[in-house]
Amino acid sequence: MADNGFEPKIIVFLCNWCSYGGGDLAGVNREQYPTNVLGIKVMCSSRVSPEHIMESFNDGADGVLITGCHPGDCHYIDGNYKTFRKIGLISKMLEDLGINPKRLRLEWISSAEGGKFAQVMREMTEQIRGLGPLDLKEEVE
Amino acid sequence: MKKDVLIIGGGISGVQSALDLAEKGYEVVLVDRSPSIGGNMVKLDKTFPTNDCSICISAPKMVEASRNDNITILTYSEIKDLIGSAGGFDVKIWKRTKYVDPDICTGCGDCETACPVEVPSEFEQKLSDRKGIYVEFPQSVPLTYTIDYDNCVGCAACERVCDAGAINFLDTSQVIDLEVGSIIVATGYQMMQPDEWREEYGYGKYPDVLNAMEYERLLSASGPTGGKVLKRSDGKPPESVAWIQCVGSRCKQKGMPYCSRVCCMYSTKQASISKGENPDLDTAVYYMDLRAYGKDFQQYYDKAKDKGVRYLRGRPSRVYEQSDGKLAIEYEDTEKGEVKTDVVDMVVLSSAILPSSGNDKLSEILDISLDEYGFFESKDMLTAPVDSTRDGIYLAGCAQSPKDIPDSVSQASGAAARALMPLRDRKRKGRAEKKPERDVSKEEPRIGVFVCHCGKNIANYLDVEEVAEATKNMPGVVHVDDSMFACSEDAQTVIKDAIKEHHLNRIVVSACSPRTHAPLFQDTLEEAGLNRYLFEMSNIRNHCSWVHSDDPEKATEKAKLLTKMAVAKAKRLSALTEEEIDVGDRTLVIGGGPAGMETALSLSRCGQKVTLVEKEAELGGKLRRLNTLFPTDIDAREFADSMAHQVGDEKNIRVILSAEIEDIEGYIGNYTATVNGEEIEVDTIVLATGFKEIEAEERHGYGKDPRVMTQLEFDEALSGGGLGKPENVVFINCVGALEEERPWCCRVGCGNSLKNAKEIKQRYPDANVYILYKDMRVFGKREEEYYMDVEGDDGVIFLRYSTGQEPEVVTGKDKLQLKVHDNLLDEDLEIDADYVVLAMQLEGDESAPILKKMLKISSDPAGFYMEAHAKLRPLELPSEGVYLAGGAHYPKNISDTLAQAEGAASKAMVPMMRGYTKSEGIISVVDDELCSGCKMCISVCPYGAIEHDPEEGVAVITDVLCKGCGSCASVCPIGAIDQKGYENDTIMAMIKAALLEDEVV
Repeated sequence: MADNGFEPKIIVFLCNWCSYGGGDLAGVNREQYPTNVLGIKVMCSSRVSPEHIMESFNDGADGVLITGCHPGDCHYIDGNYKTFRKIGLISKMLEDLGINPKRLRLEWISSAEGGKFAQVMREMTEQIRGLGPLDLKEEVE
Repeated sequence: MKKDVLIIGGGISGVQSALDLAEKGYEVVLVDRSPSIGGNMVKLDKTFPTNDCSICISAPKMVEASRNDNITILTYSEIKDLIGSAGGFDVKIWKRTKYVDPDICTGCGDCETACPVEVPSEFEQKLSDRKGIYVEFPQSVPLTYTIDYDNCVGCAACERVCDAGAINFLDTSQVIDLEVGSIIVATGYQMMQPDEWREEYGYGKYPDVLNAMEYERLLSASGPTGGKVLKRSDGKPPESVAWIQCVGSRCKQKGMPYCSRVCCMYSTKQASISKGENPDLDTAVYYMDLRAYGKDFQQYYDKAKDKGVRYLRGRPSRVYEQSDGKLAIEYEDTEKGEVKTDVVDMVVLSSAILPSSGNDKLSEILDISLDEYGFFESKDMLTAPVDSTRDGIYLAGCAQSPKDIPDSVSQASGAAARALMPLRDRKRKGRAEKKPERDVSKEEPRIGVFVCHCGKNIANYLDVEEVAEATKNMPGVVHVDDSMFACSEDAQTVIKDAIKEHHLNRIVVSACSPRTHAPLFQDTLEEAGLNRYLFEMSNIRNHCSWVHSDDPEKATEKAKLLTKMAVAKAKRLSALTEEEIDVGDRTLVIGGGPAGMETALSLSRCGQKVTLVEKEAELGGKLRRLNTLFPTDIDAREFADSMAHQVGDEKNIRVILSAEIEDIEGYIGNYTATVNGEEIEVDTIVLATGFKEIEAEERHGYGKDPRVMTQLEFDEALSGGGLGKPENVVFINCVGALEEERPWCCRVGCGNSLKNAKEIKQRYPDANVYILYKDMRVFGKREEEYYMDVEGDDGVIFLRYSTGQEPEVVTGKDKLQLKVHDNLLDEDLEIDADYVVLAMQLEGDESAPILKKMLKISSDPAGFYMEAHAKLRPLELPSEGVYLAGGAHYPKNISDTLAQAEGAASKAMVPMMRGYTKSEGIISVVDDELCSGCKMCISVCPYGAIEHDPEEGVAVITDVLCKGCGSCASVCPIGAIDQKGYENDTIMAMIKAALLEDEVV
């Protein structure tokens, strides 16, 4: 466990139908995870645009996590597949910009996976903590 | 209480029937004997063949039912008495007390923590404990607590900790008198406990022999082991798991003769999920016939095999524990003809689906018949599958016979359509009057924030007052309050008063989950004259206090941020309207086979106007080509004639024969179809275009010799009668099926071969009849029994062959010479045949490629239309207003076809009887000024809701078709599309509020 005293800020986009529900269930089951993650609910993960991710990094997020329904589970038929492709592209873009693509993560979390929700939040926090604060200037240059 | 329909059983079937009726304006009472609705489906981990999370897809339906004003849910209740007749039943319902006032209980769970009593949880299959005061599962509906009277010790610990004061030990059970016009029985099933009938498998004796439902709970992420499969004997994960099929099914001596229909697939699901999670796990399924009969089932089974799940054909004779604690399975591998013993760590028994335990008593009260097993008997199994033996009482789901989920919900919709019959003259509840709304568009945001303590659930882990205090200075916030339970009845009055007093125009509630509680607060807003979309919630309980309970300081900081983000969003909220589009009563039914005719009849009998178009010169479809209908000996043509006659008698049905559909344009409520040059305006469309045999090409000598026929040609020959006196007749199943190019199972071929084999045997008792098959897939009601008769009494010979070892037929001689390798005898056999009948692979009708373009829908590689959701919306297409019946969805037998056709009619009648459909409030909008017409948005819209206007050169959204996912908004390269309620600016503001300390929200 990276114990460098660094408390990262992480923006988590939560799809309304699956992952937000997974977060709800994590609560019901009292699964503990760090407070570093701040959720923004969208109807579908496919709503998240590159602009939202870039804005998050620009405003001081050290990591961005996108969560959606498992493949096949999307409430909007195939929105999560679109997200999958989009995040793949954005990761490459981040690399070009000099931002470690590990700061962006995509996870499928169903509304029955409270345990997984908490675990992903813990992992993501650890991972970003390990990477240290995002210094846009430094990483981009 | 006077209502329209009583539904007995709140599983997925009952819920579906209730929703279908309630959405049409009928008032429904949904009764379940458990504390929550949900039935068996909510216990499943995932569902085959899509691996959809079961609770995730069923919970929204349950919530929908609980929120519908036309549905009264009575849980913990049972039917006690019934008198009267169709149109006027008087029912007595015994409603047991839960000793907790559901109107006061907030579901916070404090009582559960305090309760000292622990008993095995029925929901968790007794693999873990629950308390004496409990909710069955976290998504229970209603989400209120129940005191289990039998186990309560009366310590009153719950009463002392309940801040809401919901517990009332003096409450009593009551009898409710109910008047209804019709009744739907949807009592579901129970799983056989495999300890008595199949004691040789060691269930109940060895801890690591489980039944399938127990394994399902082990797989479930919210189950007793958090989704880890662990052995009960030592708590360690198994290295090998074996599934034994047909435990208590397909067995007259020690169980039930019928096929339980779902076990092959759920075992495949369980094995492949387990294998997927741990590729080193050895998984083996011991089966007799692998019945992967439904849409995408065979492909799912193939994938499991590819993953490494092993399938062994043989019925184990016993399971015993070795001295090392491992389990030994004795069986005969029938493919190799060897008796073997395999050793595994865990055994899962696919035990039989049995009739629900209360069916006996219920059948007496309702005076309807049970079949010999205890399932409810249909009025006619084949032609009236959803009617019970008494007028006015209908059957849905597994109450009638074992079924998978899509077949259950199809039938549930079908039962809902039938249940309308006794209600035809009743007045329905009309459109609810819209409450007047204050126009806030010109007002500056005046935000009211309400922070909830949730008893101790939030307040014990973070400083609610501090959160409230920090919110006061945010720009736009003019009023902040905190309350003990923001969701309580008196708190709603407080919110309404505050809206009036402080002239609030946006409301933020910082409390629990919007998924469960937003609708309640939104109703409060409406009552106070505010648009329900001027509301935002931040979840400082589930997403904060409960998950950060060890660090109050940080949790408080996070709660402040979450509330700040909600305020940032609230500032940008605007009133949204759900546009209403008028929908009339006209349906176009495409296809005049049994599915189309039944749909048309059902619609017409309920007063809807139908145009039924058929490409042939007469009605009947496949019924005109079939001889008899499996698994009965009903004459197919007579049945077609009787249906066509009924269609002819209906004043509301206009039939167009030899019809060609030239074009279809528009959307729900506004379709124009051009048929034979005539423009026909309709409100909804039902696709009942059926299926066809694939081209036989030169398979097995077809085309070279007229004595090699396809199944349908042979049916026609049987009806014609001119077969001579055949000595040997051979049926080859799965021709062109279960192979790489066309991997799917045709679902009806095995049954068709069986009934034709029987027919031959009856006409020519001396003839030898052979059926060459891969797996004998007969799964429906009385189908397995029919198969056993054909194999036993009729003496038909069954030979099993494998893909890749297709039988060869030599033509041109006196007799057809057929060679086949029987993979059970492991022998090459030669048969001189008079006829070789090919059960051809089936595919979608040739009209599918044309119709799907006109309607902007899609079909699968087999040419069958893609339904909106494989499990729960099998009758609907993603675009509202188009529905599916019969073989257009997937081939099916007559009983399933008719049930589904009734269901499609029910679905089409929802918007038609209501008279309108509503668009979502949260939809996308195009800024014409910005749009460059690049069509990116059109390519991502899953609903075909966006079109390109060539004149203006811009994208145009049909509001009623948009479901509000926002995909389009995120791909528009110039930001010309935005999503209402989730505007780009709004999301950006939330990001800033979360990250920038001094950012003005």
